[in-house]
Order: sequence, then structure tokens, then C-alpha cells
Amino acid sequence: MALVTVRRHRDRGPGIRGREAAAGWLFLTPAIVILGLFLVLPVLMAAWVSVSDWTGRGSPFAAGVHFVGADNYGDLLATPGLAQRDFGTAIRNNAYYVLLVVPIQTVVALFLAVMVNQRLLKARGFFRTAYYFPSVTSSVAITVVFLFLFSSTGAVNDVMSYLGVHGPSWFADPRGVVHLLLGGLGVHQPPAALAGGSLLGLSWWQWISGPSVAMCVFILMGVFTTSGTFMLLFLSALQNIGAEIDEAATLDGTSGWQRFRFVTLPMIRPTMFTVLTLGLIGTWQIFDQIYTGTQGGPAKTTLTPAYLSYSASFQNQEWGHGAAIAFVLFAIIVILTIFQRLLLRGRA
Amino acid sequence: MRAHPGRSAFARLRHVPLRHVPLRLAAVAVLATGAVTLAACGSGFNSGDKGSSGGSGNGPISVLIGSSGDAETNAVKSAVADWSKSSGVKANVTVANDISQQLSQGFTSGKPADVFYLGNDTFPAYAKAGDLDPFAAKLSNVGDFYDTIKQSFTYNGKLYAAPKDFSTLALIINQDSWAKAGLTDADIPTNWDQLAAVAKKLTTGDQVGLSISPEFARVGVFMAQAGGWLVSPDGKTATADSQQNVDALTYVKKLLADGSLKFSSAVGAGWGGEAFGKGKAAMTIEGNWIVGALQHDFPDVKYKVAELPAGPAGKGTMQFNGGWGIAADSKNKDNAVKLVQYLTQTDQQMGFAKAFGVMPSVKSAADQWKQAYPTQAPFLAGADYAKSIPNIVGIADVVKDFNSQLQGLANNDPKQILGTVQQNLQAAVGK
Repeated sequence: MALVTVRRHRDRGPGIRGREAAAGWLFLTPAIVILGLFLVLPVLMAAWVSVSDWTGRGSPFAAGVHFVGADNYGDLLATPGLAQRDFGTAIRNNAYYVLLVVPIQTVVALFLAVMVNQRLLKARGFFRTAYYFPSVTSSVAITVVFLFLFSSTGAVNDVMSYLGVHGPSWFADPRGVVHLLLGGLGVHQPPAALAGGSLLGLSWWQWISGPSVAMCVFILMGVFTTSGTFMLLFLSALQNIGAEIDEAATLDGTSGWQRFRFVTLPMIRPTMFTVLTLGLIGTWQIFDQIYTGTQGGPAKTTLTPAYLSYSASFQNQEWGHGAAIAFVLFAIIVILTIFQRLLLRGRA
Repeated sequence: MRAHPGRSAFARLRHVPLRHVPLRLAAVAVLATGAVTLAACGSGFNSGDKGSSGGSGNGPISVLIGSSGDAETNAVKSAVADWSKSSGVKANVTVANDISQQLSQGFTSGKPADVFYLGNDTFPAYAKAGDLDPFAAKLSNVGDFYDTIKQSFTYNGKLYAAPKDFSTLALIINQDSWAKAGLTDADIPTNWDQLAAVAKKLTTGDQVGLSISPEFARVGVFMAQAGGWLVSPDGKTATADSQQNVDALTYVKKLLADGSLKFSSAVGAGWGGEAFGKGKAAMTIEGNWIVGALQHDFPDVKYKVAELPAGPAGKGTMQFNGGWGIAADSKNKDNAVKLVQYLTQTDQQMGFAKAFGVMPSVKSAADQWKQAYPTQAPFLAGADYAKSIPNIVGIADVVKDFNSQLQGLANNDPKQILGTVQQNLQAAVGK
């Protein structure tokens, strides 16, 4: 009884615990200020810029800046013209990049993780470090190395010439690989069904071009640099699976593949979701490699929305377009992430 | 596109549960945050005075340049230092890594550099945005600048930059390859047929006759020689799809098909000068800057500079103009104008020409320059008939798109390429 009375008494007054909320907010303030200053406010400002005619002089909130509604978005999505075609090209290039990098890097990362998780493997530590190494190296440095490796007289082409293959001038080659394959089959001009029609200013034939040879190098580089990071995530998930589960499955007479497919894989599903989501977000935002390597060339086949947003703003003073591109990109990433989440959850 | 570990940390922070906190406190915290951030932001953006505030401050002048190398940086620095000494006004020279980005950042912050480099293809966007001060007409030597260069820095009837120097394109010939192919000075091509013939003759197993960068800024010379151009002489109508331009691209395409012309990207070089210096091409079309580049990277290559051959409509080449701009938001405009006045004097320009191989933008320096650099005279001769990249807002994007299509010229229809350029240009001209 006495205890209850005391507690009631405390509930009514401020008491010791009553001040905890205030203290909590006090401790949170630095985080809120930093997030507000560097995240919320810039996002809100960018949102305003994307619906304004700001020309990049002084504050976007100054008197001379007008609200133009969805004009900037319209230029990108609806009005035929250079801005729309550039945006369409960037979306196409990046879509191929995502489509190839995300699955490949996930599979490679999982494969590497399973390999270095083997108890039998000697020098596991060495391999773990080696695979992780590209992930902790500056992407600018890696891009520059790749520029040298894949120059038309670079090491890659040297090796290929030993094998009797005449390599392309990788970073200067704008031909799409699907077009190349079709060309190999004798199709050089678009069939009538694909020549017409257009989405975001590109014909269907241009949409199905596939990644250009130059973009393929970036795809390879993306897989090379990121697989190590995700290998680490998979590795920690694998190590959380107790050895006894594996043993139980072995006693049930399963084969190695069956254990992997029906025991291991379902158990690391949450990690799989994380890896796919991070991969999706990261690949849609590719910028530094493009900025260092090709600036969107050759023939705009490595142009990506993130780089286009930068060049529209800082080089062409089209700040409204630049901000609008960023928001469309944001929408794409959010929608795809939700979609992927539904997909993975649906199967569970 | 590496995964950012930091990002997941952010995500976690955002999920701080707010439910258990009294609403009032939350509101206060949000308001406080907002106030702090807005206050912090206010100092970054100069939202107040936008008009042309006299700008007679005495503060130090900041100069932003995009330099081609140490030679240029040192030349500009020492010239500015000399001016500081004589005028008593401090001035700092900053070399930009990416001048368009750094200029833009300056303009948005309201505290731009006072004096900076401007290119004639990028300034219209800044002029339209009101970033630039149209000061150049006030200079005492304004009559001495070449009219074509002044024209290229004029937007809506106002001169926005003081021309500082210019370069033109000419034909650069490797003398050893030339002699090896049995050619003499009399064979220097003066028309398209001769160019095609010598290019073919100079093409050997490991050297192509002619190599140029796959961009409008090189291929455009053929359009000028054919009598075409992107826009009409008054700059008001897009003329990209004219028959003359089609003829020009068809000629280039023919050279590509012959194998006597290859784009620099196809021979593993970043630009024509590199292809030429490495001996992958016997001829290239480049501007004055190639002199310094060859001296620096390929000092053993013996070369000759010649005027470009004439096309069906006579001689034609392209010129690239540099200028000094002054920010509309500069606090020290008076001194900035004085500095530009000093830097564009004939003597100073000759000094820059000597240091990094550009041509002075003033007519009064022409004879002096020709005497000092007789082998480069063809560059200056080009000034009489050279065309500049049209100075309209959005031209940079149009040219970029044109360039991306030129890379596929060998396999594409010139008419179709120029049709797209025409559409893009019409949109830009109409703006």
C-alpha cells in the first residue's frame, strides 16, 4: 500500500522522472540542429528552387524570385526538347546501371561471403581484407586507375590483344551493347516498330540500346568496389546462423546446395533486404565516378540524373531544372524501394 | 556508388520516437531549431541589396581564374601584384579547379569574386541571371578591341566582358611525316580536295593523316568554310540544318569513311594535340594553345602551322575568346574596373601572350605579336574570317548535344544530326 501511495504522489508532481523529457530534448538538440541545418532546410530550399525561376544570384528567397508552378518538372517530363531528352537519356543510362549492378553485386557479395565464411578456408582474414579493400579506397582513385586500365592502349586491351581480340577504346565507345548484339545479328537499323514512339524524348530503339561500352566499365567498377561492403554485411549475417542449425540440416540428409537454398538463404533474408535497398539507393545516385571519369560522355551514354542535376545547376545556371531532377530522382528511389519491400515481404 | 554507412546512421536518428514527449516541448524544440538554422542561413545569402550599389569599397579585390597551367597562373599573379603595388589596393588571385562551378557558388552566396575569367559561350547565362556588371564599355581602350570579340561578349546590346585574349584554329602539320610522304610547302592544302588528298597520302599503318577532337569546336571550321553556321549573322535565327552545314558534315564523314581522318578518341587520345604529339596523326586542327602543349609534352615534334584550307565558300575558322568579367554584386567595382583596365593594356597582353601563348585582344598589339611569333602568324590571319560560338543562353547545352552526336558521325546521317541541332537551337534562340 505504502508503495502505491508513494508512486501516486510522484505521478502528480514533477518528481525526479518528470524532468527526464526536458533533459532528453536537451541532449537531442545538437542532433536536431545539425539535421535541421544540413538536411531538412536544404531539402526544403531545394524543393522551393525546383518550383521557382531562381537564376542562382543571391538568395532563392529574395524578392525577384518567382513561383513558376510545375514548369521545371514539365520541361523534364512533358515538354519535348533538349532538357527532356537529356533527362530521358540519363534515366535510361542509370536504369541499365542499376539493373546490372544491383543483382551482380548482391550475388558476388553473397558468394564471397559464403566463401570466406568456410571454416576450412585457410587465410580467411587475408581474403576478407582483400575483398573489402576496394570499398575503403576513394572512388576517385579507383576511377582514375580504371581510366588507365581501360584506355584504348591500356593494360586491359594489351591482355586482350594477346588473346587475339582487338579491344574497344572503352571509355570513348558510345555504342550500346544491345545494339552491338543486334548488329552482330545483322540488325543495324531499328525495325519500324521501334523507330517511332517516344518516352521522354527517346525512341524505343534508343531505350533498348543497353548500356554503352563506356557504361559497362562503370558497371564493372561498381560491382568491384561495392561487393566488398556487402560481403561484410552478408558475412555478419552468416555468422549469426548457429552451427547446430547446419548440423541439424545435415542430419536430415540435405545436400550442400539444399542447405544453402532452404536454410541459409531464408535466414539471411533481412540482410538481403538491406543489401538490395542500399544497392538500389547507391546505384541510382552514382555521381563521383562520372564526374571524375567521363562527365557524361561519350555521346551522353554515361550521363546520370545525379550528374545531370549538377551540370544543369552549376554549369548552365538552370537551377530549377537541377533541383527538379533531384526530386524526380528521389521519387524514383522511394517508389522502387517501396516496391522492392512489398516484393520481398510478399514472398515471406 | 558505394554504400554509405553514414546513411543508415541518419536513418536511425530519424526514428527517434517523439510520441512520449509533451507536444509543447516538441514544438519549442522545432521552432528553436528553425530559428537557429534560418539565422545561420541568413549570413550565407545576401538577400538584401541587389541593386548596383556604387561598389566604391576599398576592400581587397578577389580575382578568380581558370588556368591552363603554372605559366598562366604566374603571369596573371605577377601582373595583378604589379597593379596592387602601383595602386595600393590589395588583390588576391585564386585559381579555380572548375571555374563555372566556383563562379556559380560565388553568385549564389552574394559574395562573388570581383574579377574573373569569362568564356564567350558561357557568359550569356550569367548575364541573363544578372550576375554580371556591363562595365566594359566604360574602358578607355574599348575601341582597340577586335569588333568580332566584342560582339561575342555582347548580350542584349551590352558589353559584359573586357576581351582579354583569343585563339583561333589552324592546321598543324608534322614536318617529318610531311617530308616522308614526299610533300613540300607547295602541297599545303588550300581547298577541301587538296586536304583530302594530303590526308590520304599521309595515312600510314600506324599514323592517320588527320585527327581532330569529335566536337563542334573543331568540326565547325568546315561549316564555316562551307558558308554555313549554327545561326544567322544577326544571331536571331537558327540555321543549323542549312545545306551548307550538311555539305560540311558530309565532307567530314567522307574523310572518316576514307580512313584518312579519325577522331582523337578513336586513336586513344584525349584531344587532337595529344594524337598529334604522340605521332598518331600527321595533321590536326587545333588552336594557339597547342604550341605550349607540344613544347611541354612533346618537345621533339617538329611542326608547322598553316591556315586552314578554304571550303566552297572561302576561308573559315573558329575563334575562342576569353574575357574579364566583373560581378554585379562586387563591393569594389571601381577598383575592379581599374584592375581590368590595367590587365587589358597592350603591354600586359603582350606579356600574357609571351607567357602562355594566347593572342592579344587589342588591334594595337597585332604587328608586335606577328613580329614576335612569325611561325604562328596563320593563327592571327584567321582572325579576319573566324567565327565565334554563338553567344545565346543555353548554347552550351546545344553544343554538348551536337558533340555527342558528332561522335557517331561515321554511322549517322548528317541531315538527321543537324535536324536535331536545329530543333535544340530554335528552342534556345527563342528564349
